[in-house]
Amino acid sequence: MSENKNVGDAVLSVPSAESPPPQKNQKQPKKRGFLAQKYHNATFATKNAIAGYLFISPFILGFLVFMFLPILESLRMVFSDVVPDMENSKYAMDFVGLENLRRVFFTDPEFNRLLTEELLKMVFTVPAIIVFSFFVALIINQKFKGRGFVRSVFFLPVILSAGVMLGLETSSALLNEYRDLIQESNALTSGITDVLEELLLSGGMMDDFLYYILQIVNQIYNIALTSGMQIIIFLSGLQTISPSMYEASKIEGATAWESFWKITFPMISSLILVNVVYSVIDYFVRSDNTVMTKVTNEISKMDYGFSSAMAWAYFLIVIVVVGILAGIISRRVYYYE
Amino acid sequence: MNNEEKLAYMTSKKYKPPKRDFKSLLERNRESGGYLFRKNVGSWFYVFLRGMLLFGLCFLILQPLLNKFSLSVMSERDLFDSTVINIPREFTLSNYELTATLLDFFPSLLKTFLMALAVGILQVASCTFVGYGFARFQFPLKKFWFLCVMMLILIPPQTILSSLYLYFATFDIFGIFTLTTGAPLILLDSPVPYLMMSMTCMGLKNGLYIYMIRQFFRGVPKELEEAAYVDGCGKFKTFYSIMLPDAKAIITSCFLFSFVWQWTDSLFTNLFLRNMNLLSTSVQSIPQTLQSYYQNHFGRHAFPSMALQEQLLATGMLMFITPLIILYLIAQKGFVESISQSGIKM
Repeated sequence: MSENKNVGDAVLSVPSAESPPPQKNQKQPKKRGFLAQKYHNATFATKNAIAGYLFISPFILGFLVFMFLPILESLRMVFSDVVPDMENSKYAMDFVGLENLRRVFFTDPEFNRLLTEELLKMVFTVPAIIVFSFFVALIINQKFKGRGFVRSVFFLPVILSAGVMLGLETSSALLNEYRDLIQESNALTSGITDVLEELLLSGGMMDDFLYYILQIVNQIYNIALTSGMQIIIFLSGLQTISPSMYEASKIEGATAWESFWKITFPMISSLILVNVVYSVIDYFVRSDNTVMTKVTNEISKMDYGFSSAMAWAYFLIVIVVVGILAGIISRRVYYYE
Repeated sequence: MNNEEKLAYMTSKKYKPPKRDFKSLLERNRESGGYLFRKNVGSWFYVFLRGMLLFGLCFLILQPLLNKFSLSVMSERDLFDSTVINIPREFTLSNYELTATLLDFFPSLLKTFLMALAVGILQVASCTFVGYGFARFQFPLKKFWFLCVMMLILIPPQTILSSLYLYFATFDIFGIFTLTTGAPLILLDSPVPYLMMSMTCMGLKNGLYIYMIRQFFRGVPKELEEAAYVDGCGKFKTFYSIMLPDAKAIITSCFLFSFVWQWTDSLFTNLFLRNMNLLSTSVQSIPQTLQSYYQNHFGRHAFPSMALQEQLLATGMLMFITPLIILYLIAQKGFVESISQSGIKM
């Protein structure tokens, strides 16, 4: 990346035509090549622009070659029937119009069902993730013995839920079921939420909200596993709030409850937006997401046109969801400064 | 005794502080009108509750790991014994030996490590350049390019997976290779495409790193940069010797993220690096490898039991993430601090 320092090094040896004859008692002006001279004469702003482009050039190159072209290609695939011919390492495309999209939404028996299921599940899970990670971040921001250990345990899901681990975790569920069977036959234990649910049902106190809470309690492991990054983000935000604010409010007589809602919550609200967006995207892109699994399955079946159509439909829906959520939340975000 | 005398007495050497025993506690409590007692009990209760909660949640997260550990040191017979839940009756390390041979563990570990290291370094280096470029320079179309970074975060890699696959099967930059060698390059099953993508910020979650690093550099005061320019530093030298040393923490955490995510990645690994037998692919296929191992050793009709498969899978997973956990324990202290420095915002 050192090009910006010596632009036109290669042409330095060529003397420029209008270099003045050397004079005594005067510092001889440096001989520069054409490009170097141009760069030397440029304004500060132009130099800045050149340097900026040089710095981001890897990204531009990568984006054009590995993102933009494949995106165009896959957009073309959406509207065509792809016939791969691996022996000649080629593939043919026949334009078929909206056929693939029609297949995704109207012919395929699974896609619509999986999509609505995932959307509904997302609506349930993301608020739970946000509340859980905020709560945990608040707790582990306090001072107590063994805080380092607790923190490292809570960040562990960043490793535990990444990539392959997730798929393997679900595949080893079989053995767990086997064990559950043993335990059930022993009839020693049943889940505490089941007992609670029965109690509440018999008491007639089971409404939708309670049902939702119970479901989340049942899912708490999954939620803890997906909220590692969100906890880190919230915690980092909590640490940027200056302690003098709390001090001042304490002197003015605010209780901890008040200073939470009047200081902590507004100061952290921009990070709630970040975390909602992150969680939604993370939720939709996870490899254990059923729609994603379907897309990758179709790819391995070499049904490229259909799989790209599915991926694009899915991606556009995700973008719309993220956009709506971000739009709603960003109205309520408070920016300090 | 007025207040001044009292103060003088209390600061002199003759003063003995009241004993903090139970009796004086009661006395002090009476003096404060019951406030002391209420406050103490409240805070004890809070600490107790918090401790319980944290213990429970930590246990929740660690439990699968502990479970896997106990599974991995059991003998196969213990699995079918319903009186054995967590503590094995017959302690054994044979699972580890078998898994190590199935995975071809140490060569494969070395390969995985080198790959993750190379990818991590390349990604972080290029993301640092790009993040710095976005943070400190004004140039035309900057907003547009930053929108592209956002797209990079938003677009799931699965969307372009199929076309990327075909793209690398017939790799050609504007027809150069077809002109020179007569045929496009087939770049599948080699690490080259992925390394190229890492070099140009197109790896897994690289948009996130660019974003984080940009946020960090935006927070560095402008005066620092100006002072460097006045003292005769060029643009690159300012970056290299003024800005970079400050950014050590954030760069380290980005490197850790990218190392970990490359180590456990299945998406790009399955696409490009299938033949390299990295750990993340071979751990996934333990059941199949076990099957063929059995058939090679015990005849064609031998089948490993379901329980043994699960056991070896658990062992393999433990062996797979142990290096990561060690690395993580060493480096986790800097994690939060560095991210809070960057001040993520939207």
